[in-house]
Amino acid sequence: MEVMPKWAEVILVPLISLLLAAILSALVIMAIGEDPIAAVQLMVTGALGSTYGWGYTLYYATNFLFTGLAVSVAFHAGLFNIGGEGQAMLGGLGVALMCLLIPWPHWTLALIGASAGAALFGAAWAAIPAYLQAKRGSHIVITTIMFNFIAAALLNYLLVNVMRPQGSMDPASARFPEAVHLPTLHDLLAPIGISFSKAAPANVTFLIAVLACVLVWFLLWRTWLGYEIRSYGKSEPAAKYAGISPTAITMIAMLISGGLAGMMAINNVMGEAERLVLNAVEGAGFIGIAVALMGRSHPFGVFLAAVLFGFLYQGGAELALWTNIPRELIVVIQALVILFTGALDNMVRMPLERLFLMTRRGSG
Amino acid sequence: MTADDTSGRQETAAPAIELKGISKAFGPVQANKDISIRVMPGTIHGIIGENGAGKSTLMSILYGFYKADKGEIFISGQKTEIPDSQAAIAAGIGMVFQHFKLVENFTVLENIILGAEDGGLLKPSLSKARKTLLELEHEYGLNVDPDAVIEDLGVGMQQRVEILKALYRQADILILDEPTGVLTPAEADQLFRILDRLRAEGKTIILITHKLREIMEATDTVSVMRRGEMTATVKTADTSPAELAELMVGRKVLLRVDKTPATPGDVILDIKGLRVVDDAGVERVKGIDLQVRAGEIVGIAGVAGNGQSELLEVLGGYADGTGEIRVSGQPLDLAGKRADGRSRRARGIAHVPEDRQREGLIMDFSAWENTAFGYHRDPSYQSGVLLNNAAIRSDTEAKMQRFDVRPPNPALAAKNFSGGNQQKIVLAREIERNPDLLLIGQPTRGVDIGAIEFIHQQIVALRDKGKAILLVSVELEEILALADRVAVMFDGHIMGERQSAETDEKELGLLMAGVGS
Amino acid sequence: MDFLTLIQLLDSTVRLATPLLLACLAGLFSERAGIFDIGLEGKMLAAAFFSAAIAALTGSVWLGLLAGIAASMGFSLLHGLASITFRGNQLISGVAINFLAAGLTVLIAQDWFSQGGRTPSLMGGARFEPITLPFAENLGTVPFLGPIYAELISGHSILVYIAFLTVPLTWWILFRTRFGLRLRAVGENPAAVDTAGVSVVGLRYAAVMICGMLCGIAGAYLSTALQAGFVKDMSAGRGFIALAALIFAKWRPWHALYATLLFGLFGALETRPDVIQAIFGIKVQGALLGALPYVMTVIILAGFVGKAVPPRAGGEPYVKER
Repeated sequence: MEVMPKWAEVILVPLISLLLAAILSALVIMAIGEDPIAAVQLMVTGALGSTYGWGYTLYYATNFLFTGLAVSVAFHAGLFNIGGEGQAMLGGLGVALMCLLIPWPHWTLALIGASAGAALFGAAWAAIPAYLQAKRGSHIVITTIMFNFIAAALLNYLLVNVMRPQGSMDPASARFPEAVHLPTLHDLLAPIGISFSKAAPANVTFLIAVLACVLVWFLLWRTWLGYEIRSYGKSEPAAKYAGISPTAITMIAMLISGGLAGMMAINNVMGEAERLVLNAVEGAGFIGIAVALMGRSHPFGVFLAAVLFGFLYQGGAELALWTNIPRELIVVIQALVILFTGALDNMVRMPLERLFLMTRRGSG
Repeated sequence: MTADDTSGRQETAAPAIELKGISKAFGPVQANKDISIRVMPGTIHGIIGENGAGKSTLMSILYGFYKADKGEIFISGQKTEIPDSQAAIAAGIGMVFQHFKLVENFTVLENIILGAEDGGLLKPSLSKARKTLLELEHEYGLNVDPDAVIEDLGVGMQQRVEILKALYRQADILILDEPTGVLTPAEADQLFRILDRLRAEGKTIILITHKLREIMEATDTVSVMRRGEMTATVKTADTSPAELAELMVGRKVLLRVDKTPATPGDVILDIKGLRVVDDAGVERVKGIDLQVRAGEIVGIAGVAGNGQSELLEVLGGYADGTGEIRVSGQPLDLAGKRADGRSRRARGIAHVPEDRQREGLIMDFSAWENTAFGYHRDPSYQSGVLLNNAAIRSDTEAKMQRFDVRPPNPALAAKNFSGGNQQKIVLAREIERNPDLLLIGQPTRGVDIGAIEFIHQQIVALRDKGKAILLVSVELEEILALADRVAVMFDGHIMGERQSAETDEKELGLLMAGVGS
Repeated sequence: MDFLTLIQLLDSTVRLATPLLLACLAGLFSERAGIFDIGLEGKMLAAAFFSAAIAALTGSVWLGLLAGIAASMGFSLLHGLASITFRGNQLISGVAINFLAAGLTVLIAQDWFSQGGRTPSLMGGARFEPITLPFAENLGTVPFLGPIYAELISGHSILVYIAFLTVPLTWWILFRTRFGLRLRAVGENPAAVDTAGVSVVGLRYAAVMICGMLCGIAGAYLSTALQAGFVKDMSAGRGFIALAALIFAKWRPWHALYATLLFGLFGALETRPDVIQAIFGIKVQGALLGALPYVMTVIILAGFVGKAVPPRAGGEPYVKER
């Protein structure tokens, strides 16, 4: 017997969770002596009031789309991939190698090559925890956490000792050649007569991220592979009965997940920094967890949640610029979203269920 | 009808347990309706009923797991509130659950003192328990090594530990929930001897079961439950199995299935020397030979846990085995890539698994998604690289109609169907594929009577189409009614094969206990 | 490498192992009771901040310690609420707590001290000072054992000694007391505890709160003993190394001591590349050495060197059923 109608489960529960997170965030802002309403206004104008703001919002959203989808695909297979951060780092390595080692004639080809490199490296970094989970039963949450740290150490080593150009003091790779420069939204929209901020980093990768959303949706709900992934995520014994290989699905789902996380690098490394720097991911891998939870692991939900977090990030940066509120406020909001939508969702759901039961009894 | 005073001879003593008007609802489901019951001290009282009749809910209320919506509990004449297990223990109630509540990597002694320690330090508690345990062993003949680790003990021994746990807590009332489900007939006999001894010492015992024979053999009085209600309480000596069965289901039970004698054809399934070792390294199937021919139903009888499940798993393609299996003359891979459910289905083997909720269905998926389960790569369900959801849906509608699944709504999630209708969804999926060999485990477990008949008819109909059917069931009556030939498994071996027309429960029971032919 | 360098190296091993050990034992209590905790990091961080902040404001390190423990236990309560009362996902709750601590500490630090997310430097009574054990100065001259006693064993802050004493205490509680028996049982099979008439919820909350307390001491040690004040993200992954050590130790108290000492040694070596070069003759990158605990844990998890089997009911919320 379903206690709640589906719309309540899909829309009401996340909305209330979000509302709770918002209220608590407002209280935090008030506690540090700022005005939450003014803060929201500042965030809205800063993030959405200009094409410059939008350009940053969408730039961040692109990162979160990839990492959110990555976490979602793994969730559907019943796997919690906390390793998006490390996989995105390795994705950056893949992009940098592609861009630096191959003399691309045109950015379109470079984009394809870099995407492949990013996905490949991200997937490879997810492959080891996936294999250990599938074959040795090592808990994937723990191994992916460990792999985040190992990735950070590895990149640190490579950037300082191997990839740093001679004479540079910066732990970063060389700049990518001009030919692999990706068109920004300004470049893309100018020919059709729409003016968009030149300074904002949002670029063609945003479109690829949206395309990834659509493809993931098709994969999960319109192909037998997606069907197998979802089946395995719901019940391992049932999957075995149906002839679905747990090893294969664990590997495939994690490779897709790692690949998606890795592909974030074409946005931040190739699209924005145009070289590989230390800590390029800046926690986007972890935000993917919040995005996936809030978006209920559905690509459309992930899209909405990613844009929301893009807004929060850009708005948060504006807040830090103009007020006494540090950027870490966003980390708090992110934590509250994860808490309410992921860990405390029963706290929201239980009273709601009781409410629906009461109304049903009242009418029946 | 509610319970009358059934015990004239002990009129003067207060009943050990008396329940008055107990009711309990879970949402819209009324699990217990106005139940009253009296059990006299020093007696064994049986509670019998089908799965889902509300027996376990009632006992959970008595043990403080659930709170009754209405009604009162009296222990030895005293009105008693039992809000939690602690209160139940304090009231002298001990419970042996169907699934044991033991800490597997603790010793017997540690399990026994858990929650009943004396003081904050373990040492004095353990040495006191060791002494008490010796006394209890002596008193009731319950021998068990106090330092053995639970996971090294057999189920019979583990059950003993559960009983000792209750006795250590000085329980006067012992409730046993389906205690023989995991026992061999011999172990069950031993259990009943222990219960006799406990009764002689003045303990009161409530035995919950769905097996008529146990009620007749072990109890003094018996209550029958049906759909949450207590339909009768009688003295065991004054009743018969037939009467109890009728009280259980509300009408005369047809245990006979209408079928003509089988006309077996070619050998479809041919098993030679099959061995199966489980994940823990224990050999579960120890070299069996078995044949199933076209147009016959072969039933595997046996106490749960004697290798039947593993046999089905290997045949269904999700456990590895060694030996030789041929289907329609062609060998079957028993390990490796081509030993999976998909390859088995491609070979014309359909499988209705023993546990439909864990294996046969994805409970959160809709009925139409479940209808594709296992056949989701079938070309008829694809259009290009995508799934043809419309085709799956219309196929589901047709199957639901033919198998009378209610409600006939393909979009409804599997968990929202009743047990019988869930089973029909699985059965429709597997039978409608027109397989050469159908594997079917516990076909009617947790299924209501009406659906049982329908399911049995479908199985017989498939046989009459000339298909081979391998049936595994722990219900001996079902095996005898449905199978043409019966093989009995004990401890991974096939103890013997019989034509079902030429055998009876007694003979099969001996084989199930490992008494060879 | 000379003897004195070795003593120095081991001395800093002890210093670096201390927070790991406390956090590891914290996780041990929680996970032995069946509650996974990947929020050790966040709890340490919160405790580090509140200890330093209150110590800075009051001038008393002991009040700071109490504040740190209180903050950490507050987060434990939240974790308990999510994973015990509301039966939520324990891993997700842990992730949330880590971020909550990372964000809130900087936010509050900025609000209170306006020093870019740090506390003022702690001085005098606002810090845990090293304790010189009796006779350390006199015995220092005794060959071999003298330096060991004077330099290695003596001269740490009180929290270091507390941490090391917590090891036998934890062992004793777990294996010699009624509480320990029940705690281990609830992590293996909560239904057994429940039907024995003991509260699963109560036990698990107790375990989670002990975890909070120990994480609190670990965090306080970071900002008031190891360093003199709080800086942003100062736990720097130690909560995760402690988690790794816990797996390494297979959830056993004495092994937790060995594992954290080993990982502490890696940390100490990281700051002394000269020592590594002297011993192995090769230059090893500090960054790679820092990754060693994680790599080793993955190998242990993979089961190539003895399988690590966590408590059986770990991570599963307890739902009463029959």
